Amino acid sequence: MLQDILVTGLVNGGVYALLATGFSLIFGVARIVNIAHTAFYMMAAYCFYGLLVKVGLGVVPAAVLAVAAVTALSVVCYRLVIEPVRQHEAAVLISTIALALIFQEVMLLAFGGSFLGIPSAVEGVVTVAGVSIPYQRLLILVVAAAVLAAVWYLLYRTRLGLAIRATANDLEVANLMGMHVHRVAMATVAISVALAAIAGVAVAPVFVVDPFMWLAPLVTVLAIVVLGGLGSLKGSLIGALVIGYVEALTVFLLPKGAYLKGAVALSIMVVVLLARPEGLFGVAFEEER
Amino acid sequence: MANPVSFAAFRAWVNLRNEVLILPSRTLALAWTAGALLLPVLQPGPYVLRVAVMTCIFAILAASWDLLSGYAGQVNFGHALFFGAGAYGSSLVSLRLGLSPWIGMACGAVVAGAVGLAVGYLCLRLRGSYLSLATLAFPLIVIGLLFAFPEFSGGEMGVSGVRSLVVSRIANYYVVALGMLVLVFGLWAVADSQFGLVLHAIRDDEVAVRASGLNTTRYKLAAFGISAFTAGIAGGLYAHFMRGAGPSTLETALSFQVIIWGIFGGVATIYGPVTAVFLLYPFTEWLGNFRTLGELRLLIFAVVVLLVLLFMPRGIAPWVRDKIETECPRCKQRNVAWRDSCRLCAAPLRAGAPAARAQSPR
Repeated sequence: MLQDILVTGLVNGGVYALLATGFSLIFGVARIVNIAHTAFYMMAAYCFYGLLVKVGLGVVPAAVLAVAAVTALSVVCYRLVIEPVRQHEAAVLISTIALALIFQEVMLLAFGGSFLGIPSAVEGVVTVAGVSIPYQRLLILVVAAAVLAAVWYLLYRTRLGLAIRATANDLEVANLMGMHVHRVAMATVAISVALAAIAGVAVAPVFVVDPFMWLAPLVTVLAIVVLGGLGSLKGSLIGALVIGYVEALTVFLLPKGAYLKGAVALSIMVVVLLARPEGLFGVAFEEER
Repeated sequence: MANPVSFAAFRAWVNLRNEVLILPSRTLALAWTAGALLLPVLQPGPYVLRVAVMTCIFAILAASWDLLSGYAGQVNFGHALFFGAGAYGSSLVSLRLGLSPWIGMACGAVVAGAVGLAVGYLCLRLRGSYLSLATLAFPLIVIGLLFAFPEFSGGEMGVSGVRSLVVSRIANYYVVALGMLVLVFGLWAVADSQFGLVLHAIRDDEVAVRASGLNTTRYKLAAFGISAFTAGIAGGLYAHFMRGAGPSTLETALSFQVIIWGIFGGVATIYGPVTAVFLLYPFTEWLGNFRTLGELRLLIFAVVVLLVLLFMPRGIAPWVRDKIETECPRCKQRNVAWRDSCRLCAAPLRAGAPAARAQSPR
């Protein structure tokens, strides 16, 4: 039981961390609350399914192609739909909602509403301290850790990362210092969606794939970023692990836990917000007047 | 003018002509009111009447969202919570306690108002995006609780077997339509009053309002309370019309739908979201009549919303209003777009247009 909780919490936390980091990044840099974020995750899972099962590619090319295609799609969507209305915050918000609905409906038409299963990339289980972990879950964990490390390197050790952090800190000054803020915003969108796409491809063999799979993680991701502090990467990571473990604890320990897992996670977020309105690691944004 | 009755009628006509028909937006509002009241005269079938009732209910919901999110700027991602609280509250009260549906509806609205105050209290310290994302959580917490205690709430099936408010179909329509007109115009009046002005100011600069000596906390809580109470009435009407309440009244999808209506129509106008509901809801229902289009319904809806926003990012109602009316640069009163001079102060409305001759003092 204890081992189950430990492993489930860690794996789910890793997936949530991939999703929440991207969401947080895009909010920090471009101030976009991207409701379609997990819809891209759903698109990546479908893309992976299509390439792997329908086209018959190998696991690795299918995964790489799926991530690349969804990232390209996100840049196209950003240029066509989000950028023209960037000045109007409200319009951006419902543009992303509309995008998510469009993706959902298109996938519903293309693949139908039924649950799709994807064969695991790697079969077999490894037994650690008496609990058996399927290799696929281990793979998710490894991918999540590697990708998060790569993101950390990109943000803190490269010029692009410096530009992204500067833009997140103060858009106008970054612009005055000669950074092309529009291009930085676009790069951020691409990175953030690539993270979501990687998460989608990684979990597709473990979870079932259906057109509505974006809604539940969306709410969890929102809870995580609010819990950790909007725009804070460290906050997203720790928030993701907290929520991952809370969900695992609720499911395994409480009666009817599966119904209550969302409610408990969200209640924790509300409690944290009451004590600390800017989240655990949030920077109180300067009064935007 | 010997006859006092005809004199009163004449005065009414002059008032109507000078105050309402002189501005296209007011004329449209009058036409819309008349249309809502006269719809049953056309002898519509039960299907049309049903769509009309649902449109009216959602118009109340969208207008109440606008008071809180548009005027006060507390953008609410979980407005379905208040709708669901009203629906569940009224159906549980009238079903479990066996009270008249009218009392049930009143209880539901009070419950929703209390829920609104509670959410507002919890969210007082949050601002901007934090507030929006936190409000998204509350309806989902409630859904989790409803599913965990199915004996009380009916679980996934919800509550059913609620009596409707009145028996006949036409009377049912009139209850909802009159309620909608009263509530929408009421919210409009609230938003136009001193109170609405303070809410507007809170959205633009809360610190400045506080510095002016106003208790912004009280105003924000009041906005939450009024908005939730109104949404609760909408929920009660829905529950008694649908003869029950289910978890769908609390879903994120409904909250998002309300946001789409609100922003599509134009925030901080009250009439904007109502216009959006009256355009979009019948449109999606009508699409559902065709077999192939029915499956594409949500897709077409989303694409239409996206395209309209690309061209009218402030929403459809303000865009249309700017096309048919202009504001006088001197006295800030609105005029028909095709006038040369202001109807009240005679200032020229366009560059190069001659000023009207000064009117004799009234």
